[in-house]
Amino acid sequence: MENLQLEGSAKTPSIHFDAAAGKLELKGRSIPENSVEFYKPLNEWIDAYGKSPQAETAVDVKLEYFNTSSSKCILDLFKKLESISGSKTSVTVNWFFEEDDEDMEEAGQDYQAIIGLPFNIIEVEEI
Amino acid sequence: MIKNDIYELYQTMERENILLSFKGVVTSELLTSVLSIMESKMDYMEESPKTKKKVFNVLVECLQNLYHHIDVEESERNIERIEVKSALFMISKKDDNFVIQTGNYIDVESAEDLESKLIQINGMDKDELKKFYQDVLNNGKMSEKGTAGLGMIDIARKSGNKLEYLFLPVNESSRFFCLTIKID
Repeated sequence: MENLQLEGSAKTPSIHFDAAAGKLELKGRSIPENSVEFYKPLNEWIDAYGKSPQAETAVDVKLEYFNTSSSKCILDLFKKLESISGSKTSVTVNWFFEEDDEDMEEAGQDYQAIIGLPFNIIEVEEI
Repeated sequence: MIKNDIYELYQTMERENILLSFKGVVTSELLTSVLSIMESKMDYMEESPKTKKKVFNVLVECLQNLYHHIDVEESERNIERIEVKSALFMISKKDDNFVIQTGNYIDVESAEDLESKLIQINGMDKDELKKFYQDVLNNGKMSEKGTAGLGMIDIARKSGNKLEYLFLPVNESSRFFCLTIKID
């Protein structure tokens, strides 16, 4: 199936979803006023990918900022990943945060507490 | 305005150390501009990356609240639709702390709901806020506008302070909602 590539903007993250590699990356800022519109195609892609996924799927989340509208959509995205994970694919989430960014680290912990997927919280020097 | 008034306003803004203020329609483009201006300003002021992120996050939530939840003022004159999302916003720096203040009209019913929410949020400590946020995040439903019911909780968490607010009576159906957020 086709990959999903979206360039980042002032308010939306760049998206690189690679079906053949089983790698999904969100990077940048997610602060659109209505994030539902932005995240809809991402969820649709994951649904389609879930029909014949790779054995292992890695999701890299490298966000600088995200607003509360996005936080709900990101959770829904994680829940969708939960739903496709199982016998066909094992999904791992890698949540990156910049050193000293306690808010982003805590946000990762918020999701880790809710989502039942392997969830790694990784500190890096710069996103 | 006569020239004296302009000078007085200038001095007031100088004294209050107001970095940016705006009164008018809150559009998506305006939000983008304000955020961009504040980012540049904070870079120039050499704020730490941590402070910049905190202020930026609170700013995004405040402004997007104004964008999503603003009410129309009832008035004898016909207000054009474009004035529907008009609000006041100010960001200043006092004694090393950034302070964000907003003002907007709100209908009475929404004011009552909002006040209950603010009282609830202000009554919580850091851990309770964290649990509350997680609970609303996980169990709340997304509105058509794309709002998640998390904005105020997030602002309280990130600012590290109680939300200071006032609902001023305007008429039978409207209030003017003033919000002050001090960021640690």
